[in-house]
Amino acid sequence: MTSDLWEVFVRPRRGLSHSHVGSVHAPDATVALRNARDVYTRRQEGVSIWVVQTDAIVASSPDEKDAFFDPAADKIYRYPTFYEVPEGVPHL
Amino acid sequence: MELLHLVASDVRGCNTRRVYGNDFSGALLDEVEAAERDLRDAAGRTLDPADGQALQEYFDTVVVADQKIEPRDWMPEAYRKTLIRQIAQHAHSEIIGMQPESNWISRAPTLKRKAILLAKVQDEAGHGLYLYAAAETLGITRDELVSLLLSGRQKYSSIFNYPTLTWADVGAIGWLVDGAAIVNQVPLCRCSYGPYARAMIRICKEESFHQRQGYEILHTLARGTPGQRRMAQDAVDRWWYPSLAMFGPPDSESTHSEQSMAWKIKRFSNDDLRQKFVDMCVGQAEVLGLTIPDPDLRWNHEREAYDYTQPDYDELMRVIKGDGPCNRQRMAHRRRAHEEGTWVREAAAAYAAKRRAPAPTVAVAS
Repeated sequence: MTSDLWEVFVRPRRGLSHSHVGSVHAPDATVALRNARDVYTRRQEGVSIWVVQTDAIVASSPDEKDAFFDPAADKIYRYPTFYEVPEGVPHL
Repeated sequence: MELLHLVASDVRGCNTRRVYGNDFSGALLDEVEAAERDLRDAAGRTLDPADGQALQEYFDTVVVADQKIEPRDWMPEAYRKTLIRQIAQHAHSEIIGMQPESNWISRAPTLKRKAILLAKVQDEAGHGLYLYAAAETLGITRDELVSLLLSGRQKYSSIFNYPTLTWADVGAIGWLVDGAAIVNQVPLCRCSYGPYARAMIRICKEESFHQRQGYEILHTLARGTPGQRRMAQDAVDRWWYPSLAMFGPPDSESTHSEQSMAWKIKRFSNDDLRQKFVDMCVGQAEVLGLTIPDPDLRWNHEREAYDYTQPDYDELMRVIKGDGPCNRQRMAHRRRAHEEGTWVREAAAAYAAKRRAPAPTVAVAS
């Protein structure tokens, strides 16, 4: 049997994305949603809930932190601050 | 920038301002908000780990920079064990803590009080579950945690081994026990372990409703009939010293403190927090018109704090070891509740398994 652990994501209100808030145990998705509602939204903290089986989440590992995220560090031209703007140029 | 913070704070999912306002226990709630702000600010600072830095050094750098350790980060084994022990004990306390109060749900004096008490006890269950979820990120399972509690190998706060004899006790628990819990827990919002810090921020925001409702119960009783007033004073008399004992043994005898401070799991010593609680309560008791049962309680100009009588730490040790007024009753009740829930868990699992299984092919003989 797969684990009965589910990760819970809540959208606080329209226009914002779902954020992780914690986890619940449940035998199936329907019960997981209800448990998530009872545990994490007792005070109108959300307008939508996602539950995802913990086992189904694939995460990057902190061990590969450097190798995995390094390419961004040497491409500083991806940031607007890389470019020199002549003085007095409006709206840039 | 202020706008960014507003948006960011809503993403956290705790709509503090809207739900609680900003006034009551103002200073403490402000501290919770400050902790939440610092959590975001620290996360925004870039760490510059030296190349090839050892795991331990990286861990230390993160802790020193007030950033958070997250579940999949490397951490010292002792840090992991300490956190599991502390978070589990905290979670168990929330779960056992439902009992003394739920004792009064069926006898609450009005429908309004009953609805409020139900919501409060439901919150305690929720707090237990936030904390179990945080502990599980450290690699222990829920089943293990539950069995550690049921077998008595992990403890819960000794305060819940005292009985709730009258309705006023529900008020005293809210004011004193939840008040002490808040003083203890607000610094934990800055704990170095991310999932624990985030759970504590949620919990502290909800606790302030608990404290306020308890205070209101006592305030109402204290202005009622002479009998109601006596009942309120009696409850305060019985809960005052056990509440002081909630902060644990005095610093001179506290075993875990120093390392926990270095790891930024703990931020203040037991005695400092106890003093803070006493200083807060004096003014609140005056407004209630009730007396704190300590003849030696008085303002000390030099220390700029109240002198007060220490709780009976021998009694605290006895209760922790299992010899309090309600230890056996609390554990028996929890075990029974767990056993009586077995069929529900089994039925839900069987139903889920049946839904997952493909529909059986039925051969019909004609």
